Amino acid sequence: MSASVAQVLVEQRTHFVRRWTRTSIIGSSSFLVVAALLAVLPFMVNLSLVYSMIDLFILVILAMTWNMLAGYGGMVSVGQQAYIGIGAYSMVVLADSLGLNIFAAIALSAVVCGVIAIPISFLVFRLVGGYFAVGTWVVAEVVRLLVVQFPQIGGGAGISFSAMSDLSRDWRIATSYWIGLGATVIVVAACVLLIRSRAGLALTAVRDDMTAASTSGVMVTAVKRLVFVFAGAGAGIAGALIAVSTMRVQPDSVFSVQWSAFMIFIVVVGGVGTLEGPIIGVLVFWFLKQLLADYGPLYLILLGVIGIVFVLFVRGGIWGLISRKGRIELFPVGYNFSKKL
Amino acid sequence: MLDVTKLSAAYGQVTAIRDIDLAISEGGILAIIGANGAGKSTLLKTIAGQLPTKSGSIVFDGDDVSGLPAYERARRGIIMVPEGRRLFASLTVHENLQTALSAKRKGAWTLDAVYDLFPLVAERKDRRAGNLSGGEQQATAIARALVANPRLLLLDEVSLGLAPSIIGELYASLPIILEQGTAILLVEQDVSRALNVSDEVHCLLQGATSLAGKNIALSEISAAYFGTERDS
Amino acid sequence: MNLLDPLIQGILLGGLYALFAAGLSLMFGVMRIVNLAYGDFAVLAAYGTLIVVNAALISPLAALLIVAPAMAVLGYILQRTILQRTLGLSPLPSLLVTFGLSIIIQNLLLMFGSADQKRLSLGGVDTASITLPFDIRVGVFPLFIFLLAIVILSILSWVTAKTQYGRLVRAVSDDPATVDLQGVNPKQIYALATAIAFGLVAIAGLAAGVQTSFNPTSGSMLLIFAFEAVIIGGLGSLWGTLGGAMILGVAQTVGAAFAPAQQILAGHLVFLLFLAFLPNGLTRRKVRA
Repeated sequence: MSASVAQVLVEQRTHFVRRWTRTSIIGSSSFLVVAALLAVLPFMVNLSLVYSMIDLFILVILAMTWNMLAGYGGMVSVGQQAYIGIGAYSMVVLADSLGLNIFAAIALSAVVCGVIAIPISFLVFRLVGGYFAVGTWVVAEVVRLLVVQFPQIGGGAGISFSAMSDLSRDWRIATSYWIGLGATVIVVAACVLLIRSRAGLALTAVRDDMTAASTSGVMVTAVKRLVFVFAGAGAGIAGALIAVSTMRVQPDSVFSVQWSAFMIFIVVVGGVGTLEGPIIGVLVFWFLKQLLADYGPLYLILLGVIGIVFVLFVRGGIWGLISRKGRIELFPVGYNFSKKL
Repeated sequence: MLDVTKLSAAYGQVTAIRDIDLAISEGGILAIIGANGAGKSTLLKTIAGQLPTKSGSIVFDGDDVSGLPAYERARRGIIMVPEGRRLFASLTVHENLQTALSAKRKGAWTLDAVYDLFPLVAERKDRRAGNLSGGEQQATAIARALVANPRLLLLDEVSLGLAPSIIGELYASLPIILEQGTAILLVEQDVSRALNVSDEVHCLLQGATSLAGKNIALSEISAAYFGTERDS
Repeated sequence: MNLLDPLIQGILLGGLYALFAAGLSLMFGVMRIVNLAYGDFAVLAAYGTLIVVNAALISPLAALLIVAPAMAVLGYILQRTILQRTLGLSPLPSLLVTFGLSIIIQNLLLMFGSADQKRLSLGGVDTASITLPFDIRVGVFPLFIFLLAIVILSILSWVTAKTQYGRLVRAVSDDPATVDLQGVNPKQIYALATAIAFGLVAIAGLAAGVQTSFNPTSGSMLLIFAFEAVIIGGLGSLWGTLGGAMILGVAQTVGAAFAPAQQILAGHLVFLLFLAFLPNGLTRRKVRA
């Protein structure tokens, strides 16, 4: 429907425009209810489940921010592990060596990653199409190779994170869990707000049609850079959480390209370029992991096969199947035009 | 040779042409006219196979080709000179002509014969196609189509944006092409030029046939062209 | 310090990287696909060669006569069945699918092989060397690979410039929809290009397997080296790629001469310098996405 017709109908008060539809009210409030329920989980279930839930939070953060990057911004990065690593090491330096408060240290780790992402964006944005992906990977390799040069932060062997070692084991796990939950809520909310903002509108335009967006005055590069920095900061938070929950930062683990594989799988299966998709994808991934992780390589092969099948045959992911071409939104990011009853 | 029956095609959900009937025989020439957006290029693209047929049939030399991919139709001799020429910009003129040899069709139009017909193209054979003027590009595009020895040549907006002298030259080559038994289906904005060269015109209005036939008066055509007949 | 020796070793190493880069660059040139599993297919070919060598008790070079065509057929089938479906304006689907393939191949090799380093042996040839003037020793095999790279690149550039297939490859890169109108099935051009790239990757995989060692996950590094050579050289130019590959090789060997453990980092840093100051590479040609 053309805008003018819609405008007339709204002025005549037969129709109205709203952000909050029934499903998005239900969706957003249940998101908050779930968050509240999750907050009391450590008192109700055994600690090994609580501990594995921290992984889930880390994956939600990574998948949400990678989806902003690739799904909305069209920037397929396989090098987000650069920021995971930087975030984890920043956490150790800020909280252990400089003695900062844990929360301040996490926030600052995100800032450090965001700042480092700025010069990196100028380098990798020069690469066209798929070469961008390999470029981000090279950057992650370079960061890893540079970090292991410094014996002060453990060199190739890695370093322990001890800021929380005063706490008892139970309290430590519970606290890590709450920190992870809080960080996840903040990152998800930030993604929703970013998509709702002017930049998000521009980003959605870039996702749908880059050429049309650039000719209609969207500053494509500036918006993409903003998202690149945002995703870097998000991966940094995830890295900081890894340091908190595992109490150890090992370069080969935090800088592993496997993180990218997980993020990609989650977003592809859940639904690329939607806010709901990554959350669904994380649940699928986490479920498969609990079920099959013991099988090692076979598990990863299965992830690869499922991912490929989704790209080829179910491009919208699971959320695409559920929402039937985007008519349902759990987060109030679009506008809904409907007739008054 | 070509028998199009009740042909419809669509871009996604939007129907672009519907229920078109037309026929053309060996050595015949038919002009498709109509306003911008009437569906002329869509009709040509559907016959060439660049757009899928939604319903109806395209019978060529006795076989329904409507389900065949574009390259398969080209190999059977349906060759299109697309809108906007679409030369391979990084290839030389000569290389552009050579690509048409892949249709693997034998006939009178060897590379030499085509160069004889278009001396303009022959003079520029080693230039990159991207560096040619509009008229030179159009001549090269027709030359490239001829190298494939078409049975049916589809010409889309040959005169668009060209100087009158070069348009005259290009149109002068059409009778020589027809002599080989090739049939031509051409889309033309300029109605009087279309009437001059063709045996028959076919006028489209909003995707449907509004008028078709031979020896039609210009006044009738303008009604069919602009869709004014309903008002009178 | 004698820098002449690492310089020459680096140039020869560039031949190996050029072999890798040629296939990557061919697929990008024709289809705008970056195959993230490219290095893994090289490793797959190296393992395949190892299996054939052990089973038939023949030299790796003879085994290549089986493995290279087999890889080419694999490439052809992969293109027609899977990669073809990912082509389009967005690079997202092809990247995601090839990344998935990379994970599958690495883990299949881990399952059926083992995680330890393997090496292909040519008997005495891999360690033999000849002495050039100024007392420079050059390995016979690296020299052979370097010359082979030049021969293969010459054949490739002759095919693209002079043959009908080469013309169609360039035409399809300009405008695939119009190639269709010339009676050519673009999918066939794509599949043949992938077959050629996979044949090349088998040769490169064998060369890498003799010259260095390999394990199931070493493909990632090979992809990155090929990528760096392509970008340093400049997109769309075979000889530029050879130049880029030699610069990368020299950066690594000279870097290693200064700090033995920093060979790979030195290569990456030179690549980043190029990206920062010469983003269109040696040939300085701009290429659309």
